[in-house]
Amino acid sequence: MSVLLIAEHNNKELKPFTLNAISAASKVNEEVHVLVLGSNSDSVAKAVSEIPNVKKVIHINNPLYENYLAENYTSVIIRLSKDYSHIMCSANTFGKNLMPRVAALLDISQVSDITKVISEDTFLRPIYAGNAFATVKSSDKIKCVTIRPTSFDPAPTSGGAAEILNGEVGDSSDLSKFIKKEEIKSDRPELGTARVVISGGRGMQSGENFKLITAVADKLNAAIGASRAAVDAGYITNDHQVGQTGKVVVPDLYIAVGISGAIQHLAGMKESKVIVAINKDGEAPIFSVADYGLEADLFDALPKFLEELNKLNTIQK
Amino acid sequence: MKILVAVKRVIDYNVQIRVKEDGSGVVTDNVKMSTNPPDDNAIEEAVKIKESGKAKEVIAVSVGEEKAQDTVRKALAVGADRGILVKVDGIVEPLAVSKILQKIVEKEKPDLVFMGKQAIDDDCNQTGQMLAALLNWPQATFASKINVKDKSLEVTREVDEGLETIEVNVPAIVTCDLRLNEPRYASLPNIMKAKKKPIEQLSASDLGVDTKPRIEQIKVEEPPKRKAGIKVASVEELVQKLKNEAKVI
Repeated sequence: MSVLLIAEHNNKELKPFTLNAISAASKVNEEVHVLVLGSNSDSVAKAVSEIPNVKKVIHINNPLYENYLAENYTSVIIRLSKDYSHIMCSANTFGKNLMPRVAALLDISQVSDITKVISEDTFLRPIYAGNAFATVKSSDKIKCVTIRPTSFDPAPTSGGAAEILNGEVGDSSDLSKFIKKEEIKSDRPELGTARVVISGGRGMQSGENFKLITAVADKLNAAIGASRAAVDAGYITNDHQVGQTGKVVVPDLYIAVGISGAIQHLAGMKESKVIVAINKDGEAPIFSVADYGLEADLFDALPKFLEELNKLNTIQK
Repeated sequence: MKILVAVKRVIDYNVQIRVKEDGSGVVTDNVKMSTNPPDDNAIEEAVKIKESGKAKEVIAVSVGEEKAQDTVRKALAVGADRGILVKVDGIVEPLAVSKILQKIVEKEKPDLVFMGKQAIDDDCNQTGQMLAALLNWPQATFASKINVKDKSLEVTREVDEGLETIEVNVPAIVTCDLRLNEPRYASLPNIMKAKKKPIEQLSASDLGVDTKPRIEQIKVEEPPKRKAGIKVASVEELVQKLKNEAKVI
């Protein structure tokens, strides 16, 4: 019984959600081995070896793994799978793309997006955009599981000293080719892990008006989110979308501005600790999940909100 | 070029989901059903490629109960040429669906298979990737832009960090994001015409696929309800509550 966890990284640093996935894996079994597939990724393997939950790191450095293509990752994972009872990774676009390709080749029915480990074969997972939760039990010999990262605390990053083994390179596939990644660089906290998130919706009326959101985000050291409507309208890029088909966030404070609150948006934020809604339509469904609702025109309320924040002596960061 | 598009019948995205009292699932009786939303994008993209002259035929396929025929019929009404319904009762897991689709692909020999990136009922996000694995085809998931080239596709994918572009050889599987295009509505004349288009009916056993679930659904529950909040009268009150009551700023 041991878990093979697939790390997500950019060849320099481990992506933070891998830490959450590692802590979920530890709840299944303490014998957690992490696979780092990359190119010139020694710093990643070293960082993983220092995570106390990790018992072994399998590191494979090859130009094949410089950019992440599921077609190239799969054969390595399949080869290693015979030694494991579980194969796990985070249920973000990385893991969602990869795990089913692995599961199908092993003839395993995958359990997606778990929010709780009940036992080694039984898990809790949201269905219907989080409007229901299913307890499911896998009968497959190996369990292929993806983990909703925000449902688990991140594993600590220091104190461990796991052995790093060099693994064998897998088959190279010429089925697909990486061309480019347009990554939006920002100094702000990442949306998935930020303590505070402020999101704008269709009510923002334009991309230009998002500067009102940005000003408040700067003050609160918040990440910026958006509803699907705002992204579809071109106000802001897709990496900001919160919801059933976007990102799931669980910040301490979520501020929804000009967002009506369709169930698909609520699926991505309703587990937040404190929810604030600012909307001029008092009947908007977002108010049904908000701890504090302010029925007001956002174009008056946001500047005033910033002004009031500026009056405070201290603000938590 | 021939494009196969997989469509799923699901509870309409606007319906408020209700969990059955005995915990065996969600209420589906007398509930409005529709095509899984990103599957509409998949059909639209296939039809657009056909209209541009780059594809000759678009086939819509659905796996599910008898009534999934309506979903196939709707795809025919927006431009698919013919349909296939593979009848299966009860829960069919993505692994079984991908095995069924594999058989259909072997029979129909399409160059491309499109489908939505995720079904909004089980939220699994597996079928396209699984089918790609079983066929040993490349996969382009979460597509928001598709550029059809000679023997390949250039696909822009929506990923957590932003956008990624990859090139995949044909034949390929593409799973579609909601931002890929704006699905058209079926016109009345086209709905009438679609009634004459053929739908081939098969069953999973005809295809030799075992659909027995591997995952036991032990129970389905409602999510914990949030406590009702309050309305504040002013921005000042909001900031004061966040600072002194919720203590989050």
